[in-house]
Amino acid sequence: MNGFGVLLKRELAMAWNRGGGPAVALAFNVCAVTLLPLASGGSLDKLKLLAPGFSWVALALASLLSLERLFERDYEDGALDLLALGPAPLELVAVAKCLAQWVCTGIPLAVFAPIAATALGADLALAPLTFLCALIGGIGFAFVGGVGAAVSLGARAGGVLIAVIVLPLFTPLAIFGGGAIASLAMGLDWRPGLLFLSAYSLLFLALGPFAMAMACRNALS
Amino acid sequence: MITVLANPQRFLAFSRVAAPILGALAAILAAAALWTGWSAPDDYQQGATVRLMFIHVPAAITGMLIYGCLAGSAFFGLVFRHLLADAAARAAAPLGAAVTLLGLITGSFWGRPMWGAWWVWDARLTSYLILFLFFVGYMALQASIDDETKADRASGILAMVGVIMLPIVHYSVLWWNSLHQGETIFAPGGPKASAVYLTPLFLMWAAYSLGFGALWMVRIRGEIWRRRAQALAVQGAR
Repeated sequence: MNGFGVLLKRELAMAWNRGGGPAVALAFNVCAVTLLPLASGGSLDKLKLLAPGFSWVALALASLLSLERLFERDYEDGALDLLALGPAPLELVAVAKCLAQWVCTGIPLAVFAPIAATALGADLALAPLTFLCALIGGIGFAFVGGVGAAVSLGARAGGVLIAVIVLPLFTPLAIFGGGAIASLAMGLDWRPGLLFLSAYSLLFLALGPFAMAMACRNALS
Repeated sequence: MITVLANPQRFLAFSRVAAPILGALAAILAAAALWTGWSAPDDYQQGATVRLMFIHVPAAITGMLIYGCLAGSAFFGLVFRHLLADAAARAAAPLGAAVTLLGLITGSFWGRPMWGAWWVWDARLTSYLILFLFFVGYMALQASIDDETKADRASGILAMVGVIMLPIVHYSVLWWNSLHQGETIFAPGGPKASAVYLTPLFLMWAAYSLGFGALWMVRIRGEIWRRRAQALAVQGAR
């Protein structure tokens, strides 16, 4: 596991600096959240209804940002070749990359999500669940996104392509996370949504690394 | 069957006969379905619009069938590194996108008189739209990687990942109670529609499936010829 520690440390250092680290993702999130009241007329009642869901959408979009560089940077400068030759299997490298992605963008975004939702007019009582959903969903965003990033290694259309591939896979996360928050807002049972969200995230945590490693080997071959 | 046809030469010989036969069968079945569908009585609630079912429902089912075929081919391509399987996956994607889009559009035409809306954000419609987006993403990925073998492999992995989505499409009806009609045809205890409607529906379903089979073979043939032409061009350039 020592090797994994080294990998994780390297990935964390890179993710923290990759394109400005969490600051850019947070700034993007603020921008997206700012656009909603401006675009929808600013009526507070309307905003209050949209707030939890929209903060969740902004979260999904913001977590797309640094995906393009997740594998591409190592692929371009040859580090991925070295990692593939190294003692740690590529699956473990993929796990380290996605975990770093989660720590450096997922967690800051999760901290910000309830703030954004509350600023848009969501009930303060929703804040803890919004945070929890964003935190767990962040794992899903990172690992699903990692699959999209690995699969499109060496493609000509980088970032947009990753978004097209990954966003359809984000929908269950959007449905379950948004559903849990909406249920709580309506006074219904919110646990099924949260459990499904966790299940989907864990599914990709378990299976995603294999797909990512396979895609990396294909790109390197 | 599959191992015999895995040889491109044998596949070409087989599909040369099989594709037209399947196509003709599909045309006959479609004509029969249209005939019986047209003469079916109006529904007591839905009126004449019930006939949209004969186009919409088989398209919706065939869209999922095509995804299954695509994923199956991609699996064979990934595991056995077989060129014909890669060609088959590549050939299935545009057909899948077209049929899925047809299902979405006819559904929209049916939804307008029935639900009073062109589109509703219900679970089944949304996940079906996602299936369509999946075909699009698959084609986009394949088109943007220059090395064809790598492109096939990468999009094959994506197709495998997408297999997770198919059950979600299917079971979304059960997970979320929604506006869309629940299971009618595969309902436990047999179909819940009457035989007047089921006959044209099943005929059309068979027509769609066979028609897809015929078009798929034609497209795979085209893919094989394209690759041969490419190989010859490379040879000629040397």
